[in-house]
Amino acid sequence: MHPILKLVIQRVALGCLLLLAVSAVIFLGVEALPGDTAQAILGQSATPQALENLRQQMGLNEPALVRYFKWLGGVLTGDLGKSLTNGTDIATAIGQRLGNTLFLAVSAAVISVPLALILGLVAARYAGRWPDKLISGITLTTISLPEFVAAYFVIYLLTQVFPVFLPVSMVFPGMSLGAKLHAVALPVIVLVMVVLAHMMRMTRAAILNVMQSAYIETAELKGLTPMQVIWKHAFPNAIAPIVSVVVLNLAYLVVGVVVVEVVFSYNALGQYLVDHVTKRDLPVVQAVGLVFAAVYIGLNIIADVVSIVANPRLRHPK
Amino acid sequence: MKLTLSAGIGILLTAMFVLSAIFAPLIAPYPLDLTVGGVWDAPSAKNWLGTDTIGRDILSRLIYGGQITIFVALASSVIAFSLGSFFGFLAAVRGGWTDQILSRIVDLMMAIPSPIVALVLLSVLPLNLPVLILVIGVLDSTRVFRLARAVSMDIAVMDYVEAAKLRGEGQIWVIFREILPNALSPLVAEFGLRFIFAVLFISTLSFLGLGVQPPLADWGGMVKENKDGLIYGKSAALMPAAAIAALAISVNLVADWVLSRTTSLKGGRGA
Amino acid sequence: MQDEMKHLLMRTARGTFSRRGFIARCGALGISAALANTLIAQAVRAEGPKKGGLIRAGIAGGESTNSLDPALAASEVPFVTSETWGEMLVNVTPDGKVDMRLAEEVSSSADASEWTFRIRKGVEFHDGKTVTAEDVVATLKRHTDEKSQSGALGIVQGISEMSYEGDMVKLKLAGPNADLPFLMADYHLVIQPGGGVDNPAAGIGAGPYKLEVFEPGVRIGFTKNPNYFDDSIGHADQVEILVINDNTARTAALQSGQVHMMNRVDPKIAELLKGAPGVQVKSVAGRGHYVFIMHCDKAPFDNNDLRMALKLGIKRQEMVDKILGGLGSIGNDFPINAAYPLFDDTIPPREYDAAQAAEFYKKSGHDGSPILLRVAPGAFPGAVDAANLFAASAQAAGIPLQVKLEPDDGYWSNVWNVEPFCASYWGGRPVQDQMYSTAYLSTADWNDTKFKNATFDDLVLAARGELDEVKRKEEYSKVANILRDEGGLICPMFNDFVHGVRDEIGGWIDDPNQELMNGRGLVKTWLV
Repeated sequence: MHPILKLVIQRVALGCLLLLAVSAVIFLGVEALPGDTAQAILGQSATPQALENLRQQMGLNEPALVRYFKWLGGVLTGDLGKSLTNGTDIATAIGQRLGNTLFLAVSAAVISVPLALILGLVAARYAGRWPDKLISGITLTTISLPEFVAAYFVIYLLTQVFPVFLPVSMVFPGMSLGAKLHAVALPVIVLVMVVLAHMMRMTRAAILNVMQSAYIETAELKGLTPMQVIWKHAFPNAIAPIVSVVVLNLAYLVVGVVVVEVVFSYNALGQYLVDHVTKRDLPVVQAVGLVFAAVYIGLNIIADVVSIVANPRLRHPK
Repeated sequence: MKLTLSAGIGILLTAMFVLSAIFAPLIAPYPLDLTVGGVWDAPSAKNWLGTDTIGRDILSRLIYGGQITIFVALASSVIAFSLGSFFGFLAAVRGGWTDQILSRIVDLMMAIPSPIVALVLLSVLPLNLPVLILVIGVLDSTRVFRLARAVSMDIAVMDYVEAAKLRGEGQIWVIFREILPNALSPLVAEFGLRFIFAVLFISTLSFLGLGVQPPLADWGGMVKENKDGLIYGKSAALMPAAAIAALAISVNLVADWVLSRTTSLKGGRGA
Repeated sequence: MQDEMKHLLMRTARGTFSRRGFIARCGALGISAALANTLIAQAVRAEGPKKGGLIRAGIAGGESTNSLDPALAASEVPFVTSETWGEMLVNVTPDGKVDMRLAEEVSSSADASEWTFRIRKGVEFHDGKTVTAEDVVATLKRHTDEKSQSGALGIVQGISEMSYEGDMVKLKLAGPNADLPFLMADYHLVIQPGGGVDNPAAGIGAGPYKLEVFEPGVRIGFTKNPNYFDDSIGHADQVEILVINDNTARTAALQSGQVHMMNRVDPKIAELLKGAPGVQVKSVAGRGHYVFIMHCDKAPFDNNDLRMALKLGIKRQEMVDKILGGLGSIGNDFPINAAYPLFDDTIPPREYDAAQAAEFYKKSGHDGSPILLRVAPGAFPGAVDAANLFAASAQAAGIPLQVKLEPDDGYWSNVWNVEPFCASYWGGRPVQDQMYSTAYLSTADWNDTKFKNATFDDLVLAARGELDEVKRKEEYSKVANILRDEGGLICPMFNDFVHGVRDEIGGWIDDPNQELMNGRGLVKTWLV
């Protein structure tokens, strides 16, 4: 079997095992929360009678282990179950919200990834000179702002001072692509600011690192222009660290944007998960946690494979 | 290696933040919780940076808040570093099953988004500073583990480490006497970055209501308290936000300098 | 000149003359544009309800876990949602009277122990079925059922027998209750076809709007119910609820016109919001109150002298000023204020008195160990600040009160009703009896102060069955005094409902019953 194929299969199998472990960890974690679902749903105005009735109906009186394996069996047959709190089908709810999550992540990635690479290349080309300093300075500032600060800042600037966008970014099925893009403009701006710097700095650092190799010197001596040297010789050899940091940021755009979702009332997975954590809606928390974990693990497999394919030394191990 | 201008500014600002945190009670014009003016008073001679939602002096709260923010961030970065680098080195030196198990545990921890883990953990555990520091430290240690493992993997195959192993030195000895000194420079630079992430993370947690609890104040919490004024052009929330950004930038400048210094030490042409 | 202005103003209001033209004309006459805009807004409102359009509300208090089952409604968004698609037997008017909805007529036996409702004829549910007395009884049965999880379970438990005949619904009570019609206005008791037994979360009712889109925690969309029985409400063609829990985003959405009305304006920014163009702040004195509750059966709070010491050790006006930003009124250690019918306003408000508090504290013989007051930020807005203020003023009187911070999560299950002293809130009820029997009778389901007093119980029950208003008021005055002097409730303040409403909205009425015009803000207003 081709070594790369073997490696991919190995990684995917490991990923599945990891997912299983994640589901158990999340299950235990939510079990350990104080209070119970029935109380969380009915709130302060719950009568003891109503509490007991709800508990019965939701099967909360069964032992935890039984509930875990029942759920696991469901997942393997493609059934994520129903939300304990409002009885809606979890797979449907997650499907729609995952779509929104990905829409936001893709919109932000489409802008930030190319921009980060270009800025990184330019900064590396003019390392130590004013374009480098300017780019580094700006990205340093954006990386240093907590995202909620950036969020309120753009809300103030772009909905109150210059009212071009809307402060609440909900998207609905049936909206046109243009309307959706207009709705998510503010969160996209914030997310681009947040992830740009990290990727750009890694691109710059990785290229500068490669620039110290002997073959770059050879290329320079051949008489290639600095940009040609960077593009043809440095960049391909710097691709592994760049891909890994890009993937890390893509994963972040999918799983780590709870705060942005909260501030802009964006109806995606993060907020959905937070709501259900506070209500201890175990099946939902597990399902969303599993989706997040799957996204993260999947992206990491891609990063691993890409860096192996890109690097001849890793491609042909001794 | 000469001190660059930006590094100088970074060191100066960082020192200023740290000193004002240490000597907070001496510097702050007012106590932390004293109401001295109206709601969101503009900056004046009496309150240099204005007042907050219930009329407390923002400058004083910033100085005391810096104490908490810097202390929590520092403490949690130290924990993240001790845990992460120790286990990272251990994984690299022992390899095999130890490496597999530790790496998979870290994969597991990283696979669940840390705001979510923090949300769950902090809602179970009592909200106080040691718990907060520990949670941030442990969550952050996974990234340090990755770096430490990668760096020491390179070092572990060096001749001098092999030699030490052949001499029959114990693994702990190898970790602390051979690997640690050689892995220190990239780790120090990374420490700066982790510190900044810790500052941002605490601020975010406080913003979500899970971080530092009143009556203590930290910068993220102060932004949260004052954010409602932002859209009316009240600057109160911008002050702590600017403080977070300024601290992060100055530490970053120092970290950058350390990083470039270490690359030139390696004999590169310098950048 | 005045006549010309009036004429133009009327034409502008009706839309036959342009706004810009009117403002320009005003400018020529030396009237500022701001004043001109206000004139237009006033004139337009005076023109009466306008039909059509889309009204949006940005509401805090909704989660993606919400259900459409009215029995489970416990927060703001589900409440407004069921008020929009659902209809009850009766509503309560802003001035505390019964407003006939699906019931056309209510009557009772002389001792108020048997009640009859005549159901309005020819009203249809959204699915085309006619509303019958049978549906009403089935609905009430669903809520009173042993297996029910309804928030109204405690409220309707007092009904011992229900039956229907033709279009009459007969309710026989276990004991007399003069307030029964008010109980039927509870927002959980939405009349559903067949009682909603088959599918309680179908969202089908007889209300002014039909449910179109339901995305819990995001938005709920409605279209006008063309067959609604009452033409005087339900003006817009479409209404929509956007769930916006973040204060800043909600306010920004209101100011930028993305929503027309919002609830829960933070008291801090109410002043600033008033200055924003196109927006009005509507603050309504309601029945909700923020409280600190002591368990009367647990040491050291089983000692009434200690309870009194704490009651005297709180600065009420300071709480109203600092915690509510002045948008509220002081409380008097019983859960009733002027927003209730039959309130006795002659009971003097309790003042902060350090000397007297210290005296009571000494008399209680407390050992001086710290008295812990548990509080979480989510107990009520500003709860932690309020607890700190309380601790400071009590300590000044020599009472060793200490604040202990608890996490929001699990607060209502682990602390409230469990720990002997904590912060809490109550939303208030339409009538005094309901408030007292919900939380202060010895047998109450939510007796969160563990207050057990036979005289008090007898008085509440007597007042419940009393149809003579003068006598009833006297009885409620006695009830209030007992609770004020012996109860475990420290009630420093009643909070206002503070809303933000855009100028385009006509027909806004201040309603003390609940937020957003008793949940019918989308139904009763119109776009001008």
